[in-house]
Amino acid sequence: MAEIEHHLTEPLLATYAAANLPQAYALVVAAHVSLCAECRARLTAHESAGGAVLEALPGAAPSAGLRDRVMAALDAPTPRETPTPRRSGIFPAPVMAALKGQPPRWKTLGGGVRQQILHADGEGSVRLLYIPPGVAVPDHGHGGLELTLVLQGAFRDETGAFGTGDVEIAGPELEHTPVADLGLPCICLAATDAPLRFHALIPRLLQPLFRI
Amino acid sequence: MTHPPDTSMTDATRWMLAVRDRRDRTAFARLYDHFAPRLKGMAMRGGLNAALAEDVVQDVMLTVWHKAAQFDPGVAPVSAWVYRIARNRQIDMARKRARPLPEELIEEASEPDTQQIYAMEQEVGFLQGALAKLAPEQRQMIEKAYMGELSHSEIQAETGLALGTIKSRIRLGLERLRHELKELR
Repeated sequence: MAEIEHHLTEPLLATYAAANLPQAYALVVAAHVSLCAECRARLTAHESAGGAVLEALPGAAPSAGLRDRVMAALDAPTPRETPTPRRSGIFPAPVMAALKGQPPRWKTLGGGVRQQILHADGEGSVRLLYIPPGVAVPDHGHGGLELTLVLQGAFRDETGAFGTGDVEIAGPELEHTPVADLGLPCICLAATDAPLRFHALIPRLLQPLFRI
Repeated sequence: MTHPPDTSMTDATRWMLAVRDRRDRTAFARLYDHFAPRLKGMAMRGGLNAALAEDVVQDVMLTVWHKAAQFDPGVAPVSAWVYRIARNRQIDMARKRARPLPEELIEEASEPDTQQIYAMEQEVGFLQGALAKLAPEQRQMIEKAYMGELSHSEIQAETGLALGTIKSRIRLGLERLRHELKELR
């Protein structure tokens, strides 16, 4: 794997450490950290800062019986954990968990582009995108923050080149046309806080159908 | 002439290692006494009532006991490890679904390297010092950020400088961690 060049920002890592990032973005952060030693180290730094804040927090006295209950529970058998899916091929463990351990079930979007939505709620959505070599994702803006992590292949847009492991962080102001590099199909994990707005007429008509 | 106290490890680290390596219940009780009030405070600050906050405390402390083998004092301090467990637990309870987590690193169990632990603890000491020295408004911002009270855009807009301070304070630990992670790959 080539060196990762595009990393997560400090505010994203801090918000993820505080567990306050919407689910869709949190999946992209967890997936990137799984691939990127640098961002794993930086996340640990934020957790250390969180730990320092916890240390300095004015506490609330637990009720008298809690200590005994906790001590008594040490001997109880360990709760059986459901095994978490492991990394499979290009998909890091958190993506496999979102796929429930199964390979992706792609839905065609036209032009050879395919997607599978992994999660959508009121705060955003996250999907896998499959873009054939040389194909452009239709010109689009987005309501808010868009995070795109490359899992296979590479793409380029107005802002630069993104290879495997790189994450593109696009604000609402960016109207970009990502184009997959020649070679392998480009597979990305993409999270937005709003439905993607496509500018070409046909994709816009398709938008409600495909939730893209 | 007086000898400086042995500061190579904080109490919490020694207790945690005793729990990890010897399943020491007295040490665990000490950890409980140290963290339970703070964890309850954090949970209540997050909007839980006292009873639910104590459920979180119990859950987090039992996770500390059962997953002690995963604790590595050369990588992150006890407080960071407990903080991570607690944030996950609190959010899983509130949202009723699991938060996406990075892959666990599978590492060879290594002998504790006292010097490494000392370097990490020193970093954490610097970090706590840096937090204490922040201007009150900045300190509040940082507190809110790590207690999950600020959104990403609020953190981006309001905590830039303070986050920079934190980042520069933990550089040494980070460099080391980076180095180790490279060797693992």
